[in-house]
Amino acid sequence: MDWTFLALSVVKIIGLVFLVILPMVAYSVWAERRVSAAIQDRVGPNRVGIAGLLQPMADGLKFILKEDFTPDHVRKTYYWMAPALTMIPALLTCAVLPFGSRLFGEKMVIADLDVGPLFVFAIASLSVYGIVLAGWASNSKYPFFGGVRSTSQMISYEIALGLSIVPLLMIFGTLNLGEIVQYQAENGWALLPLWGESLSLKGFLLFIPIFISFIIFMTSIFAETNRLPFDLPECETELVAGYHTEYSSMKFALFFLGEYAAMIIGSGLAVTLFFGGWSLPFGWLAPESIEADVPWWQGLIHIGVFFGKVIAIILFFIWIRWSLPRFRYDQLMRLGWIFFFEIAVINVILTAVILIWVK
Amino acid sequence: MAIVVKRPKLKWWEQLYLPGILKGLGITLRHFFATLRGKTKVTMQYPEEKWNDHLPEHYRGAPALVTDEQDRERCVACQLCEFICPPRAITIKPEEIPSEDKWAKVEKRPREFDIDMIRCIYCGLCEEVCPEQAIFLRKDYSITGTSRAEMVHHKKKLYEIGGQRVGLVNKWNELK
Repeated sequence: MDWTFLALSVVKIIGLVFLVILPMVAYSVWAERRVSAAIQDRVGPNRVGIAGLLQPMADGLKFILKEDFTPDHVRKTYYWMAPALTMIPALLTCAVLPFGSRLFGEKMVIADLDVGPLFVFAIASLSVYGIVLAGWASNSKYPFFGGVRSTSQMISYEIALGLSIVPLLMIFGTLNLGEIVQYQAENGWALLPLWGESLSLKGFLLFIPIFISFIIFMTSIFAETNRLPFDLPECETELVAGYHTEYSSMKFALFFLGEYAAMIIGSGLAVTLFFGGWSLPFGWLAPESIEADVPWWQGLIHIGVFFGKVIAIILFFIWIRWSLPRFRYDQLMRLGWIFFFEIAVINVILTAVILIWVK
Repeated sequence: MAIVVKRPKLKWWEQLYLPGILKGLGITLRHFFATLRGKTKVTMQYPEEKWNDHLPEHYRGAPALVTDEQDRERCVACQLCEFICPPRAITIKPEEIPSEDKWAKVEKRPREFDIDMIRCIYCGLCEEVCPEQAIFLRKDYSITGTSRAEMVHHKKKLYEIGGQRVGLVNKWNELK
């Protein structure tokens, strides 16, 4: 066994998950509250620390100190498993995201898999089990409805989500997320084809299917992460709190954190596929190839750029949440099955046609 | 009879949702930046910023007793406020004014005058019913205490809040 590889992986896992993703989760909750307050002409949490910046710590402390209440009528085993089952997949998916180019000669990705997007979709779809189990094990009506809704929502959106990135994979010709980012760094981001090879008729024509994929992908990610306008599984106005109605204390917090972690990973995937991951626009500071070494300061800049983009997308998530009303259930199913599925399939064919016939 | 709600016929670009979504995003973004620049009137930061200067003239706060211009307590312990008080917050124990007192002709004054601020509903009926204009609802609104006993305003406290009030009701004036 290669011990250096193991040690480096552990360092990367701890660095990414515990020092970056989890604090980001805490602060995206803070950002959610402050931004929503600003949008609604309110102030938001501003008491704990400067501008309320210590609010996440106070919230965390509250969750830990609260009584961890398990209702008498629940199925204990599944009830205890469910929160972990939503949190774990959300954190697992970040293994394949390239969050930087190279730092001290080491690739800034935990697992350099050749099936990146497939791995993300496979693991992310597991998180629905947590929600369904929570709804089922709670043994009361609102969580049950939440769980059932979650199931059908996932089925109707995952097809569109998977199909929406097929055009991109056809264009990039690889499933390795690191190579996808390197390709975009050299030849223009998928949504900004203004340098390299994409500065051609073919590149501009391909922008059309890419833009359609982007809209389908983003909408599906919203549904996948149970965010408004597709937060039907929790849906406060109809189902109290949906699948986590019966949960309290840290178990509830795990659902909450899982949701936000999924949001961050979703944003990371969107950034990697559509906005060139860690690369700067117009090929600035782009390494010559995927194997080329990168000075440490450039590596740091790349990591900063990646997380800057992720934060921008998270703000977009928040912005959408406080602007749009929730879809009705039949509208959601219609959108998923009748529109996005068909559009995504046509989009794949369109891309193939452009790739074959336009030189 | 069933009412048929006419649905507006949407144009094809309206059925795409996207223009509507962009318009909505624009509205929220405008509000977001307006709040950031402090253009919108937002929440009062309560403990630092108090209501004191913003209360309207007719505000009904804590009830209090007042003295008149000769420092005589206006209350004559008629107990009308005690009887009208809907939550029975007021308790009065009257006493006779001794004959050697300067105000002996008033005959009665309250020996004890308690208002239980836990019960008080700030309705203002005591002020309305008082024939002597002795009790008024002031603008004090932040009545707090750490025990039930502390929340009862005794006579001394009531005069402290009320202070002196000059005007009308002069039938007990020495000169008359």
